[in-house]
Amino acid sequence: MIKNSLVLAFSAAVLFSCGGSSDKTTSSTDSTSADKYEGGNTLKIDGSSTVYPISEALAEEFREQAPDARITVGLSGTGGGFKKFVRSEIDLTGASRPITASEDSAAKANGVVYFEIPVAYDGLVVVVHPNNDWVKSITVSELKKIWEPSAQGKILRWNQIRPEWPNQEIHLFGAGTESGTFDYFTDAIVGKAKSCRGDYTASEDDNVLVQGVSTDKLSLGFFGYAYFSENQERLKLLPIDDQNDANGKGAITPSAATILDATYQPLSRPLFIYATKKAYEKALGKDFLNFLVEQSPKLVPETGYIPFDVETYKLVKDRLVAGKTGSLFLTLKSTVGVDLKAELKK
Amino acid sequence: MEETLEKPDKPVSQKKPKMTFESKGRTVYYQLQDKIFKYFALAATSLGLIVLVLLLYSVFSSGFDRLDWDFITSLPSKRAAKAGIYTAWTGTLWIMFLTTIIAFPIGVSAGIYLEEYSSRSRMSNLIEINIANLAGVPSIIYGLLGLEVFARFLNLGASVLTGSLTLALLILPIIIVSTREAIKTVPYTLREASFALGASKWQTIWNQVLPASVPGIITGVILAISRAIGETAPLIVIGALTYVPFAPTSPMDEFTVMPIQIFNWVSRPQKAFAENAAAAIIVLLSITFVMNAIAVYLRHRSQKKVKW
Repeated sequence: MIKNSLVLAFSAAVLFSCGGSSDKTTSSTDSTSADKYEGGNTLKIDGSSTVYPISEALAEEFREQAPDARITVGLSGTGGGFKKFVRSEIDLTGASRPITASEDSAAKANGVVYFEIPVAYDGLVVVVHPNNDWVKSITVSELKKIWEPSAQGKILRWNQIRPEWPNQEIHLFGAGTESGTFDYFTDAIVGKAKSCRGDYTASEDDNVLVQGVSTDKLSLGFFGYAYFSENQERLKLLPIDDQNDANGKGAITPSAATILDATYQPLSRPLFIYATKKAYEKALGKDFLNFLVEQSPKLVPETGYIPFDVETYKLVKDRLVAGKTGSLFLTLKSTVGVDLKAELKK
Repeated sequence: MEETLEKPDKPVSQKKPKMTFESKGRTVYYQLQDKIFKYFALAATSLGLIVLVLLLYSVFSSGFDRLDWDFITSLPSKRAAKAGIYTAWTGTLWIMFLTTIIAFPIGVSAGIYLEEYSSRSRMSNLIEINIANLAGVPSIIYGLLGLEVFARFLNLGASVLTGSLTLALLILPIIIVSTREAIKTVPYTLREASFALGASKWQTIWNQVLPASVPGIITGVILAISRAIGETAPLIVIGALTYVPFAPTSPMDEFTVMPIQIFNWVSRPQKAFAENAAAAIIVLLSITFVMNAIAVYLRHRSQKKVKW
């Protein structure tokens, strides 16, 4: 009996491993029902976990008009997504920051021409515990004083930031160094990406930060706007004064409206999807990207992000139709405080 | 003996035992030591159980209501209430199946070779040390290897096959080590008896040694597979997806697995997704429990048949 089962197991193993290896040469993904879409019915999306909910929503809704399309979404992160994107391993990649110069030159070296598609705004919020009754608002220079590298080990009490605040410890919570959120926050507040003090509670998972801030009365933390709107009763939102009256006077409370009209500065950032020109030239890719610009105003709010106004999406579509490839941000360097509409019109 | 048991709280000093009661004092001391260790071991055992109970309680209390047939048969979705794990559990089963089929014969054969055939040489020592070290390599390293070798060099892409090959590499050392341990427990007299009856080495291994060590081997293999289905990091590195609207139908299809889906849901801002994650964890735990039950059953069945 045992002998028989062993023989069976071994022969099954041999059979299956042969089956597996003979499959190597054929690619089965393209074989089924490719009739509707010239150039294949697969579309591979990957990239940032921040953009993932948007990609997932688009892929899911697109199935209603194209049930045969095989659209998949991965989660490699912004940097990981670009690595695959410049090797043409994927068609679209989500990014919570624009493509960098080195990624752009890698794409050029591999002959990958791409479109840059801003899809939504994401706001970063600065929050404190709901029982914190001394902070009404905070300025960018105060935030800089808290988070800059030289604050490490020195700025440890609330009254060091503003003298009228209590002489009590301040407990900091923020995004981990691997996330695009961290890059953007440090770029916008400290003035240089990735430049930050190290002695704070860091997590790549924003839910951990929500938990931390909401259970510690002396806390101050920052994370994505969507995580605040799902946990409003447990957190107190801080209006931010960027000390620049040109884009709204005084401290501005983040909301869909203030993020969209760019008065909540500097902590609102655009999110992107990059698409290869090759993907746009395929029937499925073209349909999907058109679907993206048309449906984003409706789908983006469901994912917790803030959509652009219709005109911006139209400008994005015009760039696709006109075949304007490449990134706007290779010359702009940073997305902090950028007027997207003006840039898209150029 | 009786007397000391009646007075357990009698103060005992180890350093200065009274000469006449020396042996008695020692006995009390050793008994106390025995008791302390017993309770320490009990505490250590219950700690594991308490953690398991807490985990089960928190997962079941937040996820059980979400668990229904629709959840098992639906595709992932942006709406938490509509989302399901169909593609995730089919992916996990595919991975489990292929990984076993790849790792089992290779691992067991390697174990047999190292234990029965290889002579004690520098080379075999080196191999042994390397296998032991491989068992401790972080799983993400296997993911990088899988990405370069299987996905890119062999051009298998982010397929179920690539994932299975990568995880098979990950669990091979565990299977090899447990196979060797299982073979070691077979008494040498059994082999001698077999040789004495004129059996060849292969006949001895196939008819005597392997049947006798099957319980240990199967336990090792199933524990290794249980580890493999909980892995996320290496699969994300090779390019396993998160949103896949179709179940894999061949080893070359793209896929996602339960841990990736759970990881994604846990990190979403909406609380309803956290409930989905808890429900998915219940399903993943059930798969693991079923596998362990199969391991226990197989071990029990084959143990009954081994008589020497």
